[in-house]
Amino acid sequence: MSTTGELSAWDASPVLRVEHLAMRFGGLTAVDDLSFVAGRGDITALIGPNGAGKTTVFNCITGFYKPTQGMLTLSHADGTDHLLERLDDFRITRTARVARTFQNIRLFPGMTALENLLVAQHNELMRASKLTFGGLIGLASWRRAEQDAVERARIWLQRIRLEDRADRAAGALAYGDQRRLEIARAMCTRPVLLCLDEPAAGLNPRESAELNQLLRAIRNEDGVAILLIEHDMGVVMEISDHVVVLDYGKKIADGTPAEVRADPAVIAAYLGIPDAEPDAVEIEGGA
Amino acid sequence: MAGEGDKASVAVAGKLLAAAGDAGIAAAVALLLSIPLLSSRSIDTPSGMTLESRWPLALTAVALVFAGRLALNWLWWRVPPSRYGLGKAWLQPALAPLGRIAPWSGTLLLAFAVLLPLLPFANRYIVDLGVLVLTYVMLGWGLNIVVGLAGLLDLGYVAFYAVGAYAYALLSTTYGWSFWICLPLAGILAAFWGILLGFPVLRLRGDYLAIVTVAFGEIIRIVLINWQSLTGGPNGITDIPRPSFFGLAFKDGGAGSFSQFFGIEYQPIHRIIWLYYIILALALVTNLVSVRLRRLPIGRAWEALREDEIACRALGINTTLTKLSAFATGALFGGIAGSFFATKQGFIDPESFKFIESAIILAIVVLGGMGSQVGIAVSALVMVAGIELLRNLDFLKSIFGADFDPAQYRMLVFGLAMVLVMIWRPRGLVGSRTPTIALEDGTPIPTDLAGERRG
Repeated sequence: MSTTGELSAWDASPVLRVEHLAMRFGGLTAVDDLSFVAGRGDITALIGPNGAGKTTVFNCITGFYKPTQGMLTLSHADGTDHLLERLDDFRITRTARVARTFQNIRLFPGMTALENLLVAQHNELMRASKLTFGGLIGLASWRRAEQDAVERARIWLQRIRLEDRADRAAGALAYGDQRRLEIARAMCTRPVLLCLDEPAAGLNPRESAELNQLLRAIRNEDGVAILLIEHDMGVVMEISDHVVVLDYGKKIADGTPAEVRADPAVIAAYLGIPDAEPDAVEIEGGA
Repeated sequence: MAGEGDKASVAVAGKLLAAAGDAGIAAAVALLLSIPLLSSRSIDTPSGMTLESRWPLALTAVALVFAGRLALNWLWWRVPPSRYGLGKAWLQPALAPLGRIAPWSGTLLLAFAVLLPLLPFANRYIVDLGVLVLTYVMLGWGLNIVVGLAGLLDLGYVAFYAVGAYAYALLSTTYGWSFWICLPLAGILAAFWGILLGFPVLRLRGDYLAIVTVAFGEIIRIVLINWQSLTGGPNGITDIPRPSFFGLAFKDGGAGSFSQFFGIEYQPIHRIIWLYYIILALALVTNLVSVRLRRLPIGRAWEALREDEIACRALGINTTLTKLSAFATGALFGGIAGSFFATKQGFIDPESFKFIESAIILAIVVLGGMGSQVGIAVSALVMVAGIELLRNLDFLKSIFGADFDPAQYRMLVFGLAMVLVMIWRPRGLVGSRTPTIALEDGTPIPTDLAGERRG
């Protein structure tokens, strides 16, 4: 990966372009004139101290907030562009194909793991069931589509090693399993960009290593770009292709993990200043 | 030796004190309640209304509560009382045999429902009661789509029942359309109203939604009372046509009557039995459709909506359409049940569509276990038929005096049943849900995990 020169690898074919993004809550500027790109087929990490505005950026990209200003462009491989700031949150997943997970896991706890993965395929299944009416009379095409959906869910359950717990309530699964299931559920929406909000939070080192494997497989085998927020520097430095560092809502560094690690501004942001930032900025998605 | 004895007596005294303290709190609550409820009573006298003081009665009630609570504390609960486990331990074994027949309960209930009019004890009263129970079963199943599956607390369901009833009454008396044409029309009209009322409340959840739906239920009723030119106002609509048996009327003899065609003697109960089978079929269609809908993407989206709306949106589900479809489907069945009600009664007025009806239907759904079809059927049976049975408890008159009317205590029993079920089975009679799809056997999972209306 080339890190020298004016253009970096991710500038050549970005899947997401964030340009001059700003988000203000009343007088508080959570994100200020932020621009960065996420390359197609890259794992891009968004890091920064508490309250730096990472989750706010996420919520803008996934439509849970409408940005105060700025442009968010998502490009599909076929060349179509989607302007995310103009789409409703559910259309960002449905049309622009951006999927997300949440910092505090948001599975459907009373439904089984398998059902969780089928709900994620809702839009395709709705089409296959002819807006329910075809499914109600049991069309053969609907039954085939349902089988395909179950098969897809089964493959994902195998990949996250939860096949034997497919029929258990999602809320009854172990914490690490819930984290992986949420990622699998997001992947079942067939995204081109997967946004993960602190996927390694609360995982033990073994689970964390498994997560790294899963994320690499998603990048390499499924060809899905990943944008992640993470506090665990081990995870970030190991799997990211590209790191963007935020502090006080502004970008302070942007580059490969090695470049960012050596950047004096990043070291200052993490270590140099006595930490006295308000946590309130990091508001969880629309809750 | 003496020291140990002292210790034991101190311990006993301490326990007694705790028991007495707890009973004292209960007595204080009883006193507070008895001030408005028991301490005085309004009586009409020629010179106007006066208050008759009934303090001895109130104080007796308080003393009874104190003594009863003390006795329970001392003899049964062993201080301190286990407030939350009240009776759970001894109730579970008692319910165990029920668990064994549970998988068959649906089939058994269905067989009983189909055979009921043919059974020897089925007189007119029983079949009439059966019609009433099945109407509530159908309404319960309809409301279950909105409340049990989609998790939208709707306290104005009776509005759609009213729309269906008035739709049939007006279409049949004005244009003379037959019951079977009006039935789907009434359903569609009610579904349309479901969407119309659904739109403004889309942003609301939980308690806020419940309050607005109460208002909608009342608005519909008040419009029905005041729009005299269309609905006949408080006088209602009379002479609503009864359904015929494939064109054969239920009347005493004459051409084209049911009795003449089949060459049997005319009996009024034939019509009731026909009505019974109509509502049974309508209820079964409701059940079939809601069971199938649950296994379709729309049904899964409803349940997902109940669990976590924000996660639904993050998965690309249009929650607006999903909520409206739940409202409309629930209203559809409410409307169909309403037009059945109109044809059964032959007369409707706004009095039949009061808030209490919504409350009863919601109570049936909650007591049955939200989302459970069999649970709702059982709880409708208990709530409607059980309370009807109260009217027949004549032996109570010999205890409480001749002017004692057990039916007046309906609501009290209702409340008591609610409290008991909430203590013993807070998730309703059937506290588990069967997965809509499974890789293996699909064992029911407990509903305790369901995160209702989160986020």
